[in-house]
Amino acid sequence: MNAPHSVQADSWTVSGRTFTSRLIVGTGKYKSFEENAAALEASGAEIVTVAVRRVNISDPTQPMLTDHIDPKRYTYLPNTAGCFTADEAIRTLRLAREAGGWNLVKLEVLGEAKTLYPDMRETLRATEVLAREGFEPMVYCVDDPIAAKQLEEAGAVAIMPLGAPIGSGLGIQNRVTIRLIVEGAHVPVLVDAGVGTASDAAVAMELGCDGVLMNTAIAEARDPVMMARAMKLAVEAGRIAYLAGRMGKRRYADPSSPLAGLI
Amino acid sequence: MTVETSLEVTVNGEQRQLPAGLTIAAMLRELGIEPAKVAVEHNREIVPRSSLDTVEVADGDQFEIVHFVGGG
Repeated sequence: MNAPHSVQADSWTVSGRTFTSRLIVGTGKYKSFEENAAALEASGAEIVTVAVRRVNISDPTQPMLTDHIDPKRYTYLPNTAGCFTADEAIRTLRLAREAGGWNLVKLEVLGEAKTLYPDMRETLRATEVLAREGFEPMVYCVDDPIAAKQLEEAGAVAIMPLGAPIGSGLGIQNRVTIRLIVEGAHVPVLVDAGVGTASDAAVAMELGCDGVLMNTAIAEARDPVMMARAMKLAVEAGRIAYLAGRMGKRRYADPSSPLAGLI
Repeated sequence: MTVETSLEVTVNGEQRQLPAGLTIAAMLRELGIEPAKVAVEHNREIVPRSSLDTVEVADGDQFEIVHFVGGG
C-alpha cells in the first residue's frame, strides 16, 4: 500500500481486526458488477457491505456478487438492510454468518421506509441479542450521544451514526452531535449514511471519526470510479487534517502579512 | 429410484412439490442451487453447512435460502 513518506501508516482497529483504509463502501445501486468492482478498487476500501437476500429460485444461475468481488480479498460486512424489526435483523445475520462465517456484521433496524431512520428501540434490542450470540455488531444509529453509549454498553463494536438519511446525499447535518459521540465513545465511530460528495467525507474525518461508510455517493455519481477515488483522497485528507490539529476560529480577521515596513 | 410419495414444502415463500427422501443439499441441487454459495434456514432455524447433506426434507417444511447481493 502506497503512503506518503511524511505520514505514518494510520491504521484503525475494530474488534481485534486492523485496517488501513478508513473508507467502507457499499455494493448496492451500481449499473453492473464490473462498475462496482472498479469503483471498489479505486476507493481503496478493504471492507464492503453486502446485503442478504433470497436466492432467485426461478433463475438460480444469475451471476453473483461473490464472483466479482472476492470475499477472500475484501472483508465482507453483511448488513441487515430492509429489516424493520430486531427479529428480522437477527435472523438475517444468523443466516449471513452461516453463509460466510463472519461475526463482524453491520446492524441496521429501520423505523420507516420514507426516511429509513433507525428504530433505536429495536436496534438496541437486536444489539444485545447479537452480542450474546457472539456477533461483533457495527451498529447504524441516530446521532444521539446517549443512544451511542447505550449501544456500546450493549455490545456494539463500532458506533455508526448517520450524517443524514440513507441515500439523501445531504451531508453531515449535525457536526455537534457527531463530535459528542466521538468524544464519548470507546469503540470506533464511523459516519454511515448521508454522505453526498467528497467534502462531506472530509468533514466527518475532521470531526474525529475513525471512518466513513458510504454507498450512494459513489454509485450514483456521474463517474463512480472517479468519485471513489475522490472519496479515498477526502477520507485521507480529512484524517490528516484532524491529526494535524486545525487552527482556531476567529470572529474577525487576523492578517497573514506583517504590519511593519509598509511603504 | 422410484418416487413413492411427494412432499409439499415452502421455499422462499413459494409452494413446491418435491420427491420424498431428499436431504436439504439434494433439494438445493434439484433447484439448481450450489449449496456452498448459500445459507439455509429450515423452519426458522439455521442449518449448519455440515448438516445440509444429512438433514432430510419433510412435508410442510419451510425454507429460506439466501445469498449475498449488492447492498449499502
